[in-house]
Amino acid sequence: MSYEEIENADVILLWGSNAREAHPIFFHHLMKGLDNGAKMYCVDPRRTSSSKFADVWLGIDVGTDIALSNAIAREIIHAGLTNPEFIAHSTQGYEEFAASVEPYTLDVAAEITGVPAEAIREVAHAYATGAKSQILWTLGITEHHNAVDNVVSLCNLALLTGHVGRWGSGLVPLRGQNNVQGGGDMGALPDKLPGFQNIDDAGARGKFEAAYGMELNPKPGIHLTLMFEAMERGDMTAAYVVGENPADSEADIEHARALLSGLDCLVVQDIFMTRTAEMADVVFPASVAWAECDGTVTSSERRVQRVRRAVTPPGEARHDLDIMVALADRMGVDLGTSDPQSLWDELRTLSPAHAGMSYERLDDGGLQWPCPTLDHPGSPFLHSWLWADDLEGRDPAPFSVVEHEGPKEQLTDEFPLRLTTGRSLDSYNTGVQSNGFTSPIRYGEALDINPGDAADLDLSDGERVQVSSPRGSVEMGIRIQPDIPRGLTFTTYHFPDLVDVNVLTNDAWDKRSGTSEFKAAAIRIDKLDTAPVVPGADGSQLDASGSRG
Amino acid sequence: MTKTDDHAETVTQVTVTIDGTDVTVDDGDTILDACNAHGVDTPTICYAENLTPVNVCRVCVVEVEGNRTLVPSCSRPVEEGMEIQTDSERVRHSRKMVLEFLGSGVDLSQATEINEYSARYGADLSRYGDDRQVIDEPILIQDELYIRDYDKCVLCYQCVSACGDDAQHTFAISVAGRGFDNRISTEFDAALPDSACVYCGNCVAVCPTGALQFKSEFDLRQADNWREEDQTVTTTVCSYCGVGCNLELHVQDNEIVKVTSPVDHSVTHGNLCIKGRFGYTYVGN
Repeated sequence: MSYEEIENADVILLWGSNAREAHPIFFHHLMKGLDNGAKMYCVDPRRTSSSKFADVWLGIDVGTDIALSNAIAREIIHAGLTNPEFIAHSTQGYEEFAASVEPYTLDVAAEITGVPAEAIREVAHAYATGAKSQILWTLGITEHHNAVDNVVSLCNLALLTGHVGRWGSGLVPLRGQNNVQGGGDMGALPDKLPGFQNIDDAGARGKFEAAYGMELNPKPGIHLTLMFEAMERGDMTAAYVVGENPADSEADIEHARALLSGLDCLVVQDIFMTRTAEMADVVFPASVAWAECDGTVTSSERRVQRVRRAVTPPGEARHDLDIMVALADRMGVDLGTSDPQSLWDELRTLSPAHAGMSYERLDDGGLQWPCPTLDHPGSPFLHSWLWADDLEGRDPAPFSVVEHEGPKEQLTDEFPLRLTTGRSLDSYNTGVQSNGFTSPIRYGEALDINPGDAADLDLSDGERVQVSSPRGSVEMGIRIQPDIPRGLTFTTYHFPDLVDVNVLTNDAWDKRSGTSEFKAAAIRIDKLDTAPVVPGADGSQLDASGSRG
Repeated sequence: MTKTDDHAETVTQVTVTIDGTDVTVDDGDTILDACNAHGVDTPTICYAENLTPVNVCRVCVVEVEGNRTLVPSCSRPVEEGMEIQTDSERVRHSRKMVLEFLGSGVDLSQATEINEYSARYGADLSRYGDDRQVIDEPILIQDELYIRDYDKCVLCYQCVSACGDDAQHTFAISVAGRGFDNRISTEFDAALPDSACVYCGNCVAVCPTGALQFKSEFDLRQADNWREEDQTVTTTVCSYCGVGCNLELHVQDNEIVKVTSPVDHSVTHGNLCIKGRFGYTYVGN
């Protein structure tokens, strides 16, 4: 979908996304939609700054999204608000799906999710009857152990109503990093070649083998989470980390750091001396991709745009491509040119979706893939084939039967509070980029807690406390926040040098996406003068890993 | 399969006469749009391509046949058969007066475009006396990102529109006071860090006079080292979230000194957030 489309939507379902802070300029487009009369429903455990613009905020319990979406589906079916023509023509598996959501009555879902039955009913009716309805989501859906189930449960709603594959209606996963879309497009996935062509497809592979003049390994690789498991088994003993800071960003961070420090060889290529770089045997200083290099990145609306060199990199810093080509050269492999435009033109001969995107055409605001030919205008949205009489030769889109599970880590007497994590407006991920400027609205790291829970624990605003999960403890201040429901706590993870939040988070992960459950850990808060001594709480484990010197 | 798709819009065309020449534009366009399409350079101060016209500055006025008063071209829609004069004596005189009135009460030393208009219309900014500082108060520096210099404010409202429902929807600033006390203010005149401000800088980006300024630019100007003629401007893509905002990096002596965004870019329409606007400081470090 294109950002422009939300300006013309009738119903916006913002689910597990605080776009007002995490995607601020996308939210400008969303606000135009609201100004133009759209209704917005916001599903989020927190009363976020985004949800304050919504007509209705559905304050869901963390990790109960499928119970909510299945109940919305059931209500749409029972109210006769499906699109039967679309279901018959463009989908498969409806009967089985309809039977599977039958137990999710409004009352059952209200009990599981904490959202009032009447609000669930209202969002179901509004979404189904809207002329142009969109569902948007981000990490509130995907950072769970059942991430893929969460996503397909939202897709089910679009298939029920036909709100997909048309201008203005659709499913919108908002991308969190400036080129996470482009990385996948370019084949930085374990089982894909550039342009989402499968590595185990001999035909696709043959095309690349002919272009590269060498045989390619047909076996899919493994994703980051499986790499850590391979390190644990001793199957993986070396890592080459490019522009990533896993020693701060992984869930259950102490465990991840121990595995990284146990490698025989760790090579880090980065623009910062990150914590991961400090652990490395070799560091390649890279230049800043968006200000010191030429190239392309791809945005959340599949828009390929050019980045350009504006300043000369300092010292020995070099373009990522130069470093890789030079490294290959030392290993006796000639990768050819490292010129960004030449490599882009090579990619265009191999990825049909990008074939029409010359540098000249990209110059003026970029193009959205697929863009197969030089005279193709680019594609504002996907899946229009669902509406073609012959489905363009494809199989109908399948409904997916998914059941509510809840978070892996249940609350217990010992760990009675839910911890969820997210971004704040002025900061970004582990803070290596965003902590460089002085923000007047930055408050550092703090645990947000409901006033009632704070009173029960005899805590005052700003008090430093010990926060513990089954994996470890950290010391941090609290912020008493009326926007946080009872039983829930929230923190960002932007300041790992101040508070090692990922000591607490759960690395239970989704077997298909590889994403860890950053959104749901069970914790306990202890006042500092009565806190039990927990290994790691005083930072001793950090010293033992050598990572902080 | 039937699908509802009301994306396709039909636009009717309208023909008007500008300075004696027929010009055909879309129905709903303004006179200013028609002037731009026809290559008639029209001065504007309170108008911006990415904001809803508030038509307060009156420097864009034109004569329309049959209208008793001059009309603001930025907000008046075209009508079939309209006869428009953009360079008559009456228009030139009115524009000159508007500029001279502004000069009577505001420090326009950094208002590059306004000064170009003054030259074009022969406006004498000291016509109403040299002693023309009506606000005359210290420059407000309350954080490391912005400065506010009320002596330079022409009350064009662009910052208010950008902060409000034209883009940011933060509503941290508005117009307070009456008459000579009329000024842009935060709620209850709170210090900016204590206000609703989220430091997107979209108000600063639209300010035509330097009344709102990025501190990076202000510091260089104070040190007499702001050299626009030596700066390069390179368009690239922000490094933070995945929205894909285009950034214009203003570079002087191999250092980024200011970040803006192209007004005509479909993603940003000239707007950025705090990270895109200010999160560049690590480059080169």
